[in-house]
Amino acid sequence: MSTEALSPWREAWRVFSSNKAAVLGLLMLAVVAATMVFGPGLYGVSAFDIAGAPFTAPFTDPKLWLGTDYLGRDVLAGVLIGGRATVLVGLSAAAVAVTIGVTIGALAGYFGGWVDLALSRVTELFQVLPALLFAMVLVTLFRPSLTVVVFAIGVVAWTGTARLARAEFLRLTHLEFANAARALGAGHLRLMLREILPNALPPLIVSATLIVGAAILFEAGLSFLGLSDPNVMSWGLMIGSNRRNILECWWAVTFPGAMIFATVLAVSLIGDGLNDALNPKLHLR
Amino acid sequence: MSLLAVEDLSVEFRTRRGVARVLDRVSLGIERGQTLGVVGESGCGKSVTALAMLRLIASPPGRITGGRVHFDGRDLLALSEDEMRQVRGNRVSMIFQEPMTSLNPAYTVGDQIAESVRLHQGLTRREAIERAAQMLDAVSIPDPARRVHEYPHQFSGGMRQRVMIAMALACQPDLLVADEPTTALDVTVQAQIFDLISELREKTGTAVMLITHDMGAVAEMTDRVAVMYAGHVVESAAVADVLREPLHPYTRGLIACAPGARTVAPGQLLDEIPGTVPSLVERGAGCLFAERCAHVQPRCRAELPPHSEPAPGRTVMCWLHTQ
Repeated sequence: MSTEALSPWREAWRVFSSNKAAVLGLLMLAVVAATMVFGPGLYGVSAFDIAGAPFTAPFTDPKLWLGTDYLGRDVLAGVLIGGRATVLVGLSAAAVAVTIGVTIGALAGYFGGWVDLALSRVTELFQVLPALLFAMVLVTLFRPSLTVVVFAIGVVAWTGTARLARAEFLRLTHLEFANAARALGAGHLRLMLREILPNALPPLIVSATLIVGAAILFEAGLSFLGLSDPNVMSWGLMIGSNRRNILECWWAVTFPGAMIFATVLAVSLIGDGLNDALNPKLHLR
Repeated sequence: MSLLAVEDLSVEFRTRRGVARVLDRVSLGIERGQTLGVVGESGCGKSVTALAMLRLIASPPGRITGGRVHFDGRDLLALSEDEMRQVRGNRVSMIFQEPMTSLNPAYTVGDQIAESVRLHQGLTRREAIERAAQMLDAVSIPDPARRVHEYPHQFSGGMRQRVMIAMALACQPDLLVADEPTTALDVTVQAQIFDLISELREKTGTAVMLITHDMGAVAEMTDRVAVMYAGHVVESAAVADVLREPLHPYTRGLIACAPGARTVAPGQLLDEIPGTVPSLVERGAGCLFAERCAHVQPRCRAELPPHSEPAPGRTVMCWLHTQ
């Protein structure tokens, strides 16, 4: 054969990198990541300290580019460091959600029968609970901390992944190669993890990416409602604490809001690009 | 002692319309290094026999309701699931009909062959990949050192079946079960695969259970043949005896159906066996072949014929041969 043997992942990268929107998303995410990793250290101002007069408008004081909020805290400092908590919570919550979702979906799809019946009903139960309210209840039951918020979001966000994983496992479990592996002596765990899961990964990766975006929005929503750790600055917390003064100091709400928007958009663009890159049926377009 | 002796194996499937008895007291045996052909039309229980031997029947809806599977002195049906996994792939391997989908698309073929060697024989990764390349060479895939790192989609159907055979034989099993290994392949490739299986059998001494509906392949490849019909082994004997003098009317029909068994003038139709396999859910009292049989007697419809032994090493299940 004359064609170069490309591994599936290299091939996926080739398709992904030719997708302009996806590459733009990746660049945006890189900028956001660099901002929150290096920004606070370079800027050197605490987001909780009073840095100037309250309600200083942006671009009026050369020391306070983005102005101050209703307490006189530096908005730029908050924008720089607030991403850490938001994105960290988004990623961890998505990891929790995907872990729960894939485990439940895989067991349901692989074993079928009453296991499937029971797990599918549990999934539906979680699906009909209003997600934000349920997360709020979970957070208020415990003291709001990053860990509690992560688990609260994870516990309400896994159902879509579970259904997707179930469908994939249901399809793949009865394909010939799974039977062949069984006939060559593979056990349940090996079949699920080594034979079936790698083939189910592409849609799950896409779904995981989209959950990251959703989880970031969710964290912002909870912080906005005051249900996050008050000692950790985050974009959601900035919006939440300034919401009563939204007309007097629009900048304290707009800049963190724009950062959330940019981050979620970047993640969604990447997810979309991954969807095209990992779905073999779309390669020939 | 035989390598494999299946005795009175019965399997039932629960269906919407009732319980279907898919295997009814099936008995067959394979000696070391021998090839047994299992023939019969679709739905007669050939594949189920192979799957049941390895306890790979999906349960529910399937269930092994009786019998024993003696393999190398042990009853496979009495083993624990862990012990059974040590038998599958290591002592008994299986290859399937669909080489296009039998390989995992997410791994290179080398990884997949190496997988079973590592699983059963505890080789390191590098040793296992080396062994995989040797196996590719053994199944006559050119340039094995390079192709071992390629993915299944880079192989043609015939090549994939060769890879499957390499995978199945990598652990040097005592028995290879080949479930219609050439059905999905071109005729020329079919011949190559059959030749390859025969060649490897001679080289390694692996016994083969060849499931097929191709009487020609049975005639060329096998030592003994078991003819199955509607969940029964209706006739079993050395292949030469069956071809020379088939005893069961169904076997006679099968041989007459095979193109090339006799010359057919242009425009003349090939012989066929009238009718279809009866429902396995509502079995009558009599012989299941009675409705399609040219030699049917009143007794056939009333009573199931026993397995009789008209000559040593030969059994048949038909009222014509009970004396």
